[in-house]
Amino acid sequence: MSTQSAHSEAAGHGSPGPSAQAHGAHDVRAHVKVYMMVFGALAVLTVVTVAASYLDIPMGPAVALALLIATVKASLVALFFMHLKGEVRSVVWTLLLTAVFFVALMTIPLSWYFDGPKHPEGTGPTARSLTTHEAH
Amino acid sequence: MELEKKDAHVAHGHAEAHHESFWRRYVFSQDHKVIGLQYALTALVFLLTGFSLMLLMRWQMAFPDDAMPLIGGLFSEAAAPGGRMMPEFFNQLGAMHGTIMVFMAIVPLVVGAFGNYVVPLQIGAPDMAFPKLNMVSYWCFLPGGLLMLASFFLPGGAARSGWTSYPPLSVLEAGQTAWLFAMVLLITSSLLGSVNFIVTIVQLRARGLTFMRLPFFVWSQLVTSFLLLLAFPPLEAAAVLQLMDRLAGTSFFMPEGLVVSGQIQDYSGGGSPLLWQHLFWFLAHPEVYVLILPALGMVAEVIANNTRKPLWGYRALVYSVCFVGFMSFIVWAHHMFLTGMGTVISAFFQTTTMIISIPSVIIVTCLLLSLWGASLRFNTPMLFALAFLPMFGIGGLTGLPLGLAASDIHLHDTQYVIGHFHYVVAPGTIFAIFAGIYYWYPKVTGRRMNETLGKIHFWPSLLAMNGIFFPMLIQGLGGMSRRLYDGGKTYEFAADILVWNKVMTMSAFTLAAFQLVFIFNFFWSIKKGKKVGANPWNATTLEWTDAPSPPIAHGNFPKPPQVFRTAYEYSVPGQPQDFKPQSQEA
Amino acid sequence: MSVAIPYTTDPRPDTGLYNAKLGVWLFLASEVMLFGALFSSYILLRTSAPEWPAGSEILDVPVAFVNTLVLIASSVTMVMSWASLKMNDFGKYRLYMGLTILCAFGFLGIKAYEYGTKFSHHLYPAESTFLGIYFVLTGLHGLHVIGGLIVNSYLWGPGAKMWKTEPDRFANRIEVAGLYWHFVDLVWIFLFPVLYLL
Repeated sequence: MSTQSAHSEAAGHGSPGPSAQAHGAHDVRAHVKVYMMVFGALAVLTVVTVAASYLDIPMGPAVALALLIATVKASLVALFFMHLKGEVRSVVWTLLLTAVFFVALMTIPLSWYFDGPKHPEGTGPTARSLTTHEAH
Repeated sequence: MELEKKDAHVAHGHAEAHHESFWRRYVFSQDHKVIGLQYALTALVFLLTGFSLMLLMRWQMAFPDDAMPLIGGLFSEAAAPGGRMMPEFFNQLGAMHGTIMVFMAIVPLVVGAFGNYVVPLQIGAPDMAFPKLNMVSYWCFLPGGLLMLASFFLPGGAARSGWTSYPPLSVLEAGQTAWLFAMVLLITSSLLGSVNFIVTIVQLRARGLTFMRLPFFVWSQLVTSFLLLLAFPPLEAAAVLQLMDRLAGTSFFMPEGLVVSGQIQDYSGGGSPLLWQHLFWFLAHPEVYVLILPALGMVAEVIANNTRKPLWGYRALVYSVCFVGFMSFIVWAHHMFLTGMGTVISAFFQTTTMIISIPSVIIVTCLLLSLWGASLRFNTPMLFALAFLPMFGIGGLTGLPLGLAASDIHLHDTQYVIGHFHYVVAPGTIFAIFAGIYYWYPKVTGRRMNETLGKIHFWPSLLAMNGIFFPMLIQGLGGMSRRLYDGGKTYEFAADILVWNKVMTMSAFTLAAFQLVFIFNFFWSIKKGKKVGANPWNATTLEWTDAPSPPIAHGNFPKPPQVFRTAYEYSVPGQPQDFKPQSQEA
Repeated sequence: MSVAIPYTTDPRPDTGLYNAKLGVWLFLASEVMLFGALFSSYILLRTSAPEWPAGSEILDVPVAFVNTLVLIASSVTMVMSWASLKMNDFGKYRLYMGLTILCAFGFLGIKAYEYGTKFSHHLYPAESTFLGIYFVLTGLHGLHVIGGLIVNSYLWGPGAKMWKTEPDRFANRIEVAGLYWHFVDLVWIFLFPVLYLL
């Protein structure tokens, strides 16, 4: 690492030149192929997720499927476009920690009434259905 | 002495090399020391403002039927006709006192001021990692704070739905929009600051300064910054949603069929007031750890230095502070036990709340054990640091019946809650802040504050603090609710405990009087305090051993420090002095 | 005058990071929590509602599908712009960054069209919690796109001068801007199915 730093320091002061940092020029060329493949995968998965939405499946599995495909797509972006694959531990651990709190924020409010008083029928919060919406 | 000579030489060279305009040097500075002082002075003014609001409230609670003497005429007809406070104005004072103290005084002091000034020095860095971002942080904080204060003078007055801003009330009441916009600015300031702190601590540590050699103060700031980073965004989101409810007529928090004073409210409904509580407390619980962790750090520094011993259990302290930080994210619903939550989720939060008390106790225990066999020096910073321990202890212990749902049924929303958390922040954090000010003042100014005046400040303050907050515990146990503008006099069952209102009010005004001693000492010592060198306390950490007092304007150190040992090598056997600086080679 | 801060361009040996990279990842972590809070709001509002429209009933799925592809494409062009700099090809950098900016404009244009059609049918945020959370989620996302657009435009235009004097530092800036941009794409990857398809 320190030799690379010294080298790029020399490059940085003068004329533009190839950086000798974490990725050498030919490493990057190999990466370009990966970027294109990921793009292809992302496009395909987008088509898949839209197509899947036309399937007649119950809500629970539909949510699970949609989130699964989205997670796969997000992982591809994160691992390859954002270079998380091969990133240093401190960054990965910070993100894992964030993920734990993210999950807590998603799931805990949901579990409020797992057991306990529920709203009696008709007195809970409602969302006006747009199909029965009356024009003002 | 060597440090002083080098400082003069370097400063002279700098002054000639580049002449900074007044604005660049003192107003739009990118120097962490200047920014730290900007935060300190601004936050101290806000602290005084929040304190004054409380004095008004305490008067009202003790003498609810009387007009305010002397200043009664200064208030508008809407606020206090004939000097007699209206309930709406009392509610504004309450909401703003809480908001100002938490977001504009304490956090900017412990993080913005102490964190900014001391952390780069303690890790041997020339400045923060992102000096421009640091400047932006302050310049988001100041307008946010000013907007918050200005809201008192807007038509309709300031926010009045508690610092907790629960809807539907907060969506319907005046003054809340300014509160929300001000919060967005304050939150942005904190978020930018937290990124800066973490990167600084990770990336700019001096050579040889491994994580386990860091002063505990730096660890506490690191954990605090993670709390700010990850917990504040949900409140920012919630503030946007509440603004939408107020300004765009949405129903994120507004339930269907809401009727106010006989009027059906024009909202589509379908919203959930509970949603606000979740998002608010998701931040606000970690926020209280933001209030206390840097304070624990400051107290630790002062104790280590004035016991002439290493801190007891450094490793335990570090693991505990990290564990506290983590747990603080999963205890928030202990503020919501009375919302009708199911027993499963209630049990979960009681458990996590009980668990989080363990590392807190470990930290206090380590600090107490650090006193065993110590060579104690009872200077003013140490007095405040020592007093912090039992005061924080009371605060923590009184939290236990609140964290258990069964007892919380009786205590929720009573004066007991106010007594509990004030013990933690007032004779807790604020005492730690005083300890920090008396301790680091010589580093900033090159002079010491007056010791006699410091003691005159300390002892009455300690007594007065207890005079204010202990009776709250009594009143709360007696069933008296919080946020009552008349001090509870309409409730028959409270008749016996009303007398405590007068005790608390007199204690509050006593406390106010003795802060004048501190304010005088603070300003007088800038010019008249005893001059000191770089390390008047004979401390081991880098800010004392390697930087002059005050540190060099650009870059802090004459040469970049290198660290060879842990942070608290006091009374090392076989050494000529009773302390061994971190940067001393042999 | 500011002080020389170490590790602004070269990574610190023991952490393997340069300052801005750690900084932007931390910032993105906070953004995860920001959008997370809004997703959590969505979940709570939806599960406590007796009735909730399917996304396709109200929103235009084909248009959003195209928009999704536009944003994904911009992510590819963004990473390619960084890769071009690493391969010392400034011309290619300019091209790919330009395409990224164009895609961003495209995305915003399509979004503006979508919002326009909603408003013309009096479908405002106040109408229902579904519309409310839809507008806040996509609106906040849109603001993030605008922010990224401004930064990328600066780096394409006046900011690109740095390539001549400090190429490594400039490449780092593109990497950091890229991380932000990919995150914006990431959020949309979740927003699209949740709002439009479920």
